[in-house]
Amino acid sequence: MHNSKMAEELKLLGAWASPFSHRIELALKLKGIQYQYIEEDLSNKSPLLLQSNPVHKKIPVLIHNGKPIAESLVILEYIDETWKNNPLLPENPYDRAIARFWGKFVDEKILQIALKFKLAKEKEKEQIIQELGEQLQFLEKELEGKEFFGGESIGYVDVVAYFIVNWLQVHQEVRQIVFISEEKFPVLCKWMGKLHEIDVVNGCLPPKDKHYAYIRAQIEAAKSAIK
Amino acid sequence: MAEEVILLDFWPSPFGMRVRIALAEKGVKYEYREEDLRNKSPLLLQMNPVHKKIPVLIHNGKPICESLIAVQYVDEVWKDKSPFLPSDPYQRAQARFWADFIDKKIYDIGRKIWTTKGDEQEAAKKEFIEALKLLEGELGNKPYFGGESMGYVDVALIPFYSWFYAYETCGNFSIEPECPVLIAWAKRCLQKESVSESVPDPEKVYEFVLVLKKKFGIE
Repeated sequence: MHNSKMAEELKLLGAWASPFSHRIELALKLKGIQYQYIEEDLSNKSPLLLQSNPVHKKIPVLIHNGKPIAESLVILEYIDETWKNNPLLPENPYDRAIARFWGKFVDEKILQIALKFKLAKEKEKEQIIQELGEQLQFLEKELEGKEFFGGESIGYVDVVAYFIVNWLQVHQEVRQIVFISEEKFPVLCKWMGKLHEIDVVNGCLPPKDKHYAYIRAQIEAAKSAIK
Repeated sequence: MAEEVILLDFWPSPFGMRVRIALAEKGVKYEYREEDLRNKSPLLLQMNPVHKKIPVLIHNGKPICESLIAVQYVDEVWKDKSPFLPSDPYQRAQARFWADFIDKKIYDIGRKIWTTKGDEQEAAKKEFIEALKLLEGELGNKPYFGGESMGYVDVALIPFYSWFYAYETCGNFSIEPECPVLIAWAKRCLQKESVSESVPDPEKVYEFVLVLKKKFGIE
């Protein structure tokens, strides 16, 4: 298979807990592309990372034949345009615009609000959960009547959204707070359930115990910081 | 086939300007509709229920929201003229990266310049110039970010030039001495009708900013 020849020439700089990193891994795996994964220590960034993404100094960075591409949504489109099997984006320009819209929505609305929660004071948390719920409703509605956001098969929005929604579910369990209940979001929860059963998808998630321990440590650190 | 293209917009919006320029570059006839953002039309609320923002491009009744998404859509639909994105995937990725950079930096930092004072404003000015210098680096000695002709990054960035006078006046600084190459690029873009017809007079933008400052009680 020609995709395997690319193995030495394709590197992914990532971080084990980053949903942005996981997106890229899933896209590459869905297309059967071989790559070398390089774990970055974000508290001690490698010269390769700093050189490959001097503007933002962030992961993920995809390095293809020595040429770096940064920003997860940009990387996803690059992957889709370079390896045309199992397309992530639809062919029709209007449907592509809709997919891009929802990808941006997930990052700008769902994720940004979720991040606010992490830093919020106790009294602000209730309101943030409500705000998050309002935005999730848009996503719920968009998915209604479909197997995946991509239609019959996993597409761009599924790849973008899965790890963010998973982040919410994981935090929900660790913090014992409800962000996304089956009662209010039956369509999204069913979709997550379906994706959790697919090996190539759940294989991109971080190990559960390690991830939970990491989040608990973060919460403890935040508490100590407030004291 | 009769094409119906409508743009819901607001004259000082740099995001709206991007779509105006894109349509003009492709020679697409469209109906411009000015929105009163304090009294949004039923059409706007119907076409962009998620964000309720302009610009919204409506093509044969179907809405496309978010300016860069609309610009890409215009590029893909009217593909036989003036392509904005290059054909090579790596170069396309670079163009998308820089357009994303512009989205993340220019508007928000620019906004800080006219809405803050003192140390906060100084920090914003510094960050703004740094961002412009990075863009200058990316431009290099090309006439346009797109190379010999205007491309995606040019369309993404040039609308903000109409706001530079407002930033400079509110921030009491001058951009040209710091970024002469970028200013030269901006003036080059303005030579094109598709741009000059799509962007407002910087003086008018400044007047608009003064109205906003008064409204928000910013001194």
